[in-house]
Amino acid sequence: MIDQAEAPANAQTECAAATGTSDSRNRLIPYAVLCELTHRCPLQCPYCSNPVELERASREIDTDAWKSVLSQAVDMGILQAHFSGGEPTVRKDLEEMVEHASKAGLYTNLITSGVLLTPARLDRLREAGLDHVQVSFQDTESENADRIAGFRGHAKKQEAARMVRAADLPLTVNAVMHRQNLHHLEDMIAMAVELDAERLEVAQVQYYGWALKNRQAFLPTRDQLDEATRIVEEARVRLKGILAIDYVVPDYYARRPKSCMGGWGRQFLNITPAGKVLPCHAAESLDFLEFENVTERPLAWIWEHSSAFNRFRGTDWMPEPCRSCDRREIDWGGCRCQAFALTGDPDTTDPACEFAPQRHVLEMPIGEAGGEIPEFVYRRIGNG
Amino acid sequence: MSKRLLLDRDSVPRLPRHAKLRFDRARDCWIINAPERVFELDAIAGEVIQLVDGTRTLAVLVDELATKYDQAPRADIERDVTAMLQNLADKGFVIA
Repeated sequence: MIDQAEAPANAQTECAAATGTSDSRNRLIPYAVLCELTHRCPLQCPYCSNPVELERASREIDTDAWKSVLSQAVDMGILQAHFSGGEPTVRKDLEEMVEHASKAGLYTNLITSGVLLTPARLDRLREAGLDHVQVSFQDTESENADRIAGFRGHAKKQEAARMVRAADLPLTVNAVMHRQNLHHLEDMIAMAVELDAERLEVAQVQYYGWALKNRQAFLPTRDQLDEATRIVEEARVRLKGILAIDYVVPDYYARRPKSCMGGWGRQFLNITPAGKVLPCHAAESLDFLEFENVTERPLAWIWEHSSAFNRFRGTDWMPEPCRSCDRREIDWGGCRCQAFALTGDPDTTDPACEFAPQRHVLEMPIGEAGGEIPEFVYRRIGNG
Repeated sequence: MSKRLLLDRDSVPRLPRHAKLRFDRARDCWIINAPERVFELDAIAGEVIQLVDGTRTLAVLVDELATKYDQAPRADIERDVTAMLQNLADKGFVIA
């Protein structure tokens, strides 16, 4: 009776197998736009989904450019706008953009670390029409959480989450889990219930960009992962109707790749602080692609005609074994950024697939999982 | 939320603040926007959900649908509608 499609906000979100919808001219209609308003952020999480080459504040597009993007998004049939970063609350014009998006009919979601939020700011955002807030947590234990974030912010995050609920806004707790905090997964679930969140995203680190640099520090062992899966499955039954839990298994232990972004250029677009339009937030790692900018072209043109969006769209680009696979329109060949990062070949099957010719590239990291924990390479300008 | 909501005929279902119903012209169907999810409703689900407005009990809602679709037995409508709304309630997208 009901078709459910995910409107993915970031790589730590699992994409559904939905194939997307088309309009009367058979053009794909995207569901969501992720607006990365800035790369500025007080935190320095070593698994940050921002690119290794961070954009400086002077390159950020202005309020009017974002408003134009949001209006164009509505005209294209986009339903949701995620405001992210960096830390989106760094932008003083956030309220203005949320109000513009909301009035235009977009469902608005704020993805924040929470460390800069105040009750007054939240009230203004709520007045502006904000629909939902997602607060990230690094751990449940403040010392470890602050060490991972490279910032003393855990206590402030808990306070921010309570402010969100006090403002009667719905809350998602986003918990990025890995070998250095998975032993606190049960506490994380309890914390989400205690904070009165509607939803908990248990996101395992996905290894691109910063996280790939820190893979050895984050990749859990198979046993750690199996224990996490058991805990989530048990909690889902116990908390049915109380807390919805989304759970993303790290690809390295999967038999099939994730349907990254619901397929390249099918459901989602990402706009960088400088106005570049990407099929996913990590796409700039595919350094041979050219990305168009919203200050130079209409968003609909970029979605429909740009070379970057058409490069891996559909199934024509696929190699074997994808091309003849009965899951080719379910997982869409997996993740292009991962295939390129791990094999140097952007056109090969994602190694997260057990049938991938280059599956063996996962053997080394999996073999070393659980070994010595190296120091973090923190996310900051110049550290890339 | 501290316990699971179980819908019965006296429940007055409504959508929570974070689930927003609207008609989408681009896709030509009713949709519910929710955090990182979009529910695209078929014609029947769209009819049902428009009655989920926090004023009708489930029993009244089913009565209205039974009057409108008088070729279907009321018991069948009640079963299907309850299952649909309980499913959404379990995901946190219907409250009462």
